[in-house]
Amino acid sequence: MKLPDSKDFWSGVMLIAIGAAALYIGRDYPFGTALRMGAGFFPIVLGAMLVLFGVYFVARGLRSGDRIEGNWSPRALVILPLAFVLFGVLMQHTGFVPALLVLVVGSAMAGTEFRLVEVLVLAVLLTAMCVALFIWALGLPYPLFSGS
Amino acid sequence: MELFQQLIFGFGVALSWQNLLYCLIGVSVGTLIGVLPGIGPLGTIAILLPITFNVAPVGALIMLAGIYYGAQYGGSTTAILVNLPGETSSVVTCIDGYQMARQGRAGPALAIAAIGSFFAGTVGTLLIALFGPPLAEIALQFAAPEYFSLMLMSLVAAAVLAQGDMMKSIAMVALGLLLGIVGRDVNTGIERYSFGITELSDGIGFIVVAVGMFAMGEIISNLGDPEERRVFTAKVTHLFPTWDDMKQSFGPILRGTAIGSFFGVLPGTGPAIASFSSYMVEKKLARDPSRFGRGAIEGVAGPESANNADAQCKFIPMLTLGLPASGVMALMLGALTIQGIQPGPEVMTLRPDLFWGLVASMWIGNLMLVVLNLPLIGLWVKLLEVPYRLLFPAIMAFSAIGIYSVNNSSFEIYLTALFGVLGFVWGKLGFPPAPLLLGFVLGPMMEENLRRAMLMARGDPSVFVTRPISLGFIIVTIGILVVMVAPAVKRRRAEITD
Repeated sequence: MKLPDSKDFWSGVMLIAIGAAALYIGRDYPFGTALRMGAGFFPIVLGAMLVLFGVYFVARGLRSGDRIEGNWSPRALVILPLAFVLFGVLMQHTGFVPALLVLVVGSAMAGTEFRLVEVLVLAVLLTAMCVALFIWALGLPYPLFSGS
Repeated sequence: MELFQQLIFGFGVALSWQNLLYCLIGVSVGTLIGVLPGIGPLGTIAILLPITFNVAPVGALIMLAGIYYGAQYGGSTTAILVNLPGETSSVVTCIDGYQMARQGRAGPALAIAAIGSFFAGTVGTLLIALFGPPLAEIALQFAAPEYFSLMLMSLVAAAVLAQGDMMKSIAMVALGLLLGIVGRDVNTGIERYSFGITELSDGIGFIVVAVGMFAMGEIISNLGDPEERRVFTAKVTHLFPTWDDMKQSFGPILRGTAIGSFFGVLPGTGPAIASFSSYMVEKKLARDPSRFGRGAIEGVAGPESANNADAQCKFIPMLTLGLPASGVMALMLGALTIQGIQPGPEVMTLRPDLFWGLVASMWIGNLMLVVLNLPLIGLWVKLLEVPYRLLFPAIMAFSAIGIYSVNNSSFEIYLTALFGVLGFVWGKLGFPPAPLLLGFVLGPMMEENLRRAMLMARGDPSVFVTRPISLGFIIVTIGILVVMVAPAVKRRRAEITD
């Protein structure tokens, strides 16, 4: 079986999944009439289109198709979004400075080389710069530190 | 001369010190990111968009536009000096530009690239000024059916002409349209795909999608595939091209400008296609084609003019019809909308300062780029030595602050993270990201116009083919599709876009 690394096959699977989800969730949206189109017309048409595209790609992927190329970093794929989410959480609870420090250090951990001192310096400098630019110069209303 | 008066009016707007400053910031940032590989104009504009909310619309647009065409300049600098295309548009420039640099002619190569770009930028600016008003005049007569057909045409054209797999581009457009309609339906008040989440009632933020896919998605994929940087830096000795260089470049610059302008108004074609076509034309026309690839100055002059003309002319459909012809233009439209300006042909009459000010600023910006780039080349090259491991956390920080500042919402931060992952996965599967953005921006407008058209025609879908202008767009749409499926064209397209 050469299924798992066929680019087209997985593209198709993904499109079918998204299209089917769109159709399923949108099944109750009123379709309306040609004269007065309801909220469901666009979602249903687009969902169906995606499913059809998906079927096409699955078929193409089964026949032949390119493999997924290039290296990828599972580390970056997990850490970067996580660092971002953490920033969102910390903005609510600890304020701008801790959130940004964590984001910069966290993101840096996704890279191929991590030099602690360098990263800490970068984090402090960047944070200082962002405080100056965004909080003082542009006047964004975020507390630098908040205890709550 | 009405045109003349309007241009003077535009210069009046663009020459105010604030707007000059915004223009300077824009082109500097543009050059910077053009030089740096791994971050392109799309990501940068998306990240900086929120900051422009506090700026007046004219200034915001001037700055964002500056980033866009500034990046084309910066990209060519690194292409010539270190054989590293900062942007896709300058891939072709590497071929002969780098060879010239190795032969000690880096100066003339850079100069001719700047001169060609400046000439093309000037022509592009004039073209916008010339064709903008009449086009908008025509577009003012469009009703819902025409708009729907026009959007359909530009989406299909954008998908077909984009680089990569055509079917995947079209699928991305459909996906973008679907994402675009998330939230409360304006006509019926029904919540669609919002899962009871309050933040989703207003739809997915357009900056969320753009930053997620073009900033975070890019970084994820760059970290997986670290490219090696050759740090052979050619010494730039004498800058001025010889008289022979000028004579040889004259024709290529003219032809490159024409080619770039043509591709510029077509939706979907990136500047890479324009510069590539120009290179092929010059190679065909050359008396001795074997010189190409060994430092032929025509191979720099033509493509560099073409990509700049393309970048300028992309503004024509955006400013006159409110239609994005590329991902960057979709972002510009988003910027206008956020500023409370409804994009479309009315912009020109309602906000002449916006249109003419932007047009004039582009010329000024091009001039700034020449002045900025040639003497400061050493500085830009130095920036290349900034390692990516320091760069990407900074990009992440700016992205996060940018997103958060739009609605002070942590939810949008989470959503961006999701789009970062999706952007990466889609990229790996060979889906080009730009068509999704076009669909996303046009989604709500298309639905609205479709509804209005059907209401207008009392539910008779033939309205799209009985109204002549709309019929024209439909015919072109079908034509594009038919031509593209033809085997010969398909093969040729594959050659060009790979």
